[in-house]
Amino acid sequence: MDALALHRLHFAFTITYHYLFPQLTMGLALLILVLKTIAVRRNDEQYHEAARFWGKIFAINFVMGVVTGIPMEFQFGTNWSQFARITGGVIGQPLAMEGVFSFFLESAFLGVLLYGEKRVSKWMHWFSAFMVFFGSWISGFFIIVTDAWMQHPVAYRIMANGQYEVTSFWALLLNPWGLLQYAHNMCGAVVTASFVMAAVGAFYLLEKQFVEYGRIFLKVGVIAGVVACVAIIFPTGDLHGKYVAHHQPVSMAAMEGLFHSGKGADVVLMGQPDYASGKVDNPIVVNNLSSFLIYGTTKAEVQGLDQFPRDQWPTTLPLLFYAYHIMAGLGTYFVALMLLAALMLWRGKLYTSRWIQWPLMLSFPLPYIANTAGWMTAEIGRQPWVVYGLMRTDQGFSKYVSASNSLFTLLGFMGLYVVLSILFVVLVYKEIQTGPHKAAAVPTLTVS
Amino acid sequence: MGFIWFWLVAVMLVAYVVLDGFDLGVGVLHLLLTRNDEERQTTIRAIGPVWDGNEVWLLASGGTLYFAFPLLYASAFSGFYLPLMIVLWLLILRGISVELRGHSSLGVWRTFFDGLFCFSSTLLIIFYGAALANVIRGVPLGTDSYFFLPLWTNWMVGPNPGILDWYTVIGGVVALVALTIHGALYLAVKTDGALQLRARATVRLLWGGLVLLTIGSLVATIAVRPSSLQNYYAHPIAFAIPVLVAACLAGILSFNRVGRDYAAFLCSAGYLTFMMVGAVSGLYPVLMPSITDPNLSITIDKALSGPHTLHVGLVWWGFGMLLAIAYFVFVYRMFRGKVDLGATGYGH
Ligand code: HDD
Ligand code: HEM
Ligand code: HEM
Repeated sequence: MDALALHRLHFAFTITYHYLFPQLTMGLALLILVLKTIAVRRNDEQYHEAARFWGKIFAINFVMGVVTGIPMEFQFGTNWSQFARITGGVIGQPLAMEGVFSFFLESAFLGVLLYGEKRVSKWMHWFSAFMVFFGSWISGFFIIVTDAWMQHPVAYRIMANGQYEVTSFWALLLNPWGLLQYAHNMCGAVVTASFVMAAVGAFYLLEKQFVEYGRIFLKVGVIAGVVACVAIIFPTGDLHGKYVAHHQPVSMAAMEGLFHSGKGADVVLMGQPDYASGKVDNPIVVNNLSSFLIYGTTKAEVQGLDQFPRDQWPTTLPLLFYAYHIMAGLGTYFVALMLLAALMLWRGKLYTSRWIQWPLMLSFPLPYIANTAGWMTAEIGRQPWVVYGLMRTDQGFSKYVSASNSLFTLLGFMGLYVVLSILFVVLVYKEIQTGPHKAAAVPTLTVS
Repeated sequence: MGFIWFWLVAVMLVAYVVLDGFDLGVGVLHLLLTRNDEERQTTIRAIGPVWDGNEVWLLASGGTLYFAFPLLYASAFSGFYLPLMIVLWLLILRGISVELRGHSSLGVWRTFFDGLFCFSSTLLIIFYGAALANVIRGVPLGTDSYFFLPLWTNWMVGPNPGILDWYTVIGGVVALVALTIHGALYLAVKTDGALQLRARATVRLLWGGLVLLTIGSLVATIAVRPSSLQNYYAHPIAFAIPVLVAACLAGILSFNRVGRDYAAFLCSAGYLTFMMVGAVSGLYPVLMPSITDPNLSITIDKALSGPHTLHVGLVWWGFGMLLAIAYFVFVYRMFRGKVDLGATGYGH
């Protein structure tokens, strides 16, 4: 592989791995806040203990997010120095704001949330849960603003020395692309957390252990899950898709596997796009759906890949097509599962119907796959640009960092991350097995 | 604007060295000073609630550097590619060893993470010291302001330097001794009993070495980069800096002798601050000196971001710093006092 390919793989691997953790951090922070709020308002020790239990899992997850996040902050300089040099004046800004406004905050209040329960009042403890939630959500915001500028550059000007600078701070922060992306992405984080929480609840019920906690987890997980799963498709996914279709039509055509333009474009539900011959093999299609989804009428003209010169087609095109279809396919399954579970909850049958608890327990890896696939869609769809329409990816990497240096450190990260994965799985499993403490034992407990 | 942002970044780096410095120092001493698991648990708990926040100063300075001086960020980070990646790996190992050690009561598990914590902290400090020395010595910048340094060449300071040569190794050793003392003083503040006595004794043991190394590094710096004295001659008031460094050194020992650990710790913080300020004052207005041709050096003017970016940045930066300081005061107050492993203390 050449240097460019390796730098891309380096970045893609480390960011994809990093994002496995923040999605749970951000989603779980919200759910812990919900547990904590119920606990404080009802003065219910069981909910307090539920919050403590998830706090421990949160802590392990958070550490993984922190240690894998630090390399990200530096990789713009190490592997993408030319990109960093030219665009630092714009995207360095939200990145620095993330550190200044959210990481300081999170690190301070997480300590209070995890270790300070005995040192502060009940409300102060609730407040620290809120601040941890708030901090992780603004952290997500700043990072998405950064990414959104690369997808859809706004509020910039080019200076005499070729570098970019911000012209309007608020326009940068309120980039419409970023707002849509943020809404959609945060729903995705809540989906992950609610599936994880529901899965642990289902596990406890199926295993007939910690049954009273299993019910709480299942209930909170399913209610949050059903809301987030609907919201991720409508309105956020739908709107985001329309925005992509307008501003990156070539990405949209590639995502949909639409090689030829035409009125009443179809949606390919499944198939294998063939780059060389320009058609999709074994397609299963829904007629006119694409035109309808983007323009609201079945007759509208949708641009296909043939409208664009080849050098503007996203590079790894089949991967883009699959990633998009995996995300959307899983999204459909999530809504179906969660709606069914919510119905059972409403009818009072969720806690006794083992047949629905099984899929709830087993589905928790799928949101991770969907979120990863979603990011693959966004990032591969942006290719061959690193800043859409302004700077091509092959102009952005560090010229003086050779392919073999990049490969060396990529292998280093891979090895290290295998170790991290094992530690993470072992420790989380251990916490789940230990479970929440029985309500009676709580008053003498020290948080360990 | 350039002047302001130069010093803002410098202040953030100083904050990083002073704050994360003590928990790195605790890492070096973690196995050396302790005699049993309980004491090791105590040292970890002494830094448990604060190390992550301390490390955020590194991220925040990195981010600030990125938008205020993009050229410097791009050039330095790609040029120091390999050592930087090693630093990142060490940061990962260190983070997990602090946080995961307590998650199992297995002896093997704890000993493994204890060792990892020591190892990663020690190497990190050496790399940081060497990194600062690299910036003072200068690097072979090309006409496009980029460079790429191997880890080592022939260990000499010359036109073909490596990351590690005799000068930068001295930098690493100075940092190691200085931060070990800093960490020992912090432990003396946060612990009592036998551990505290051992921490205090460590300071006395290493103090003489630090004085010699400080003088040695000063001489070496003047030998390697005579021009670093220019700013001092231009503004003689800057000669107060070495005097302050000496005063802080004296303060460390005398407060340590009489058992005033907190005051000694503050002197050590002062020592680190003035050493850094001294080094940075010698550089200004250069950000990354070229070792071959001074005209190729990256200066503030060359690297500075656009005016609007910097204006806006100043507003939110000031606001953000106020918040950050408030959080730090809050956390340090909350976890003030000696570490107590009992139920009322903070668990970890
Ligand atoms: C649980 C996760 C999840 C699920 C079920 C979905 N998405 Fe998604 N999607 C994401 C998680 C995600 C994401 C990881 O959050 C992305 C990546 C970038 C972003 O901001 O959000 C994303 C991006 C993303 C994009 C932008 C691609 C680009 O920028 O080029 C579109 C058009 C959609 N999604 C559309 C959908 C639709 C129509 C879905 C409904 C079936 C859907 N997503 C389900
Ligand atoms: C967590 C979510 C993210 C994932 C999973 C992700 C994934 C990827 C992938 C797969 C690539 C490689 C694309 C290719 O080679 O075809 C990539 C490239 C890149 N992404 Fe992301 N990304 C994420 C978030 C971000 C964010 C938030 C930023 C900016 C702050 C960003 C900046 C970049 C850059 C600079 C590259 C390298 C240049 C390129 O290949 O386009 N990414 N990312
Ligand atoms: C969509 C993409 C991303 C999101 C939503 C995100 C969000 C987060 C969140 C919520 C955390 C808190 C700690 C945790 O994970 O448990 C975190 C950690 C971190 N992230 Fe990411 N991140 C993303 C990608 C990136 C990228 C591209 C960078 C680099 C610029 C980055 C840099 C960091 C750093 C440095 C940390 C450690 C912070 C600490 O010490 O608390 N992240 N990220």
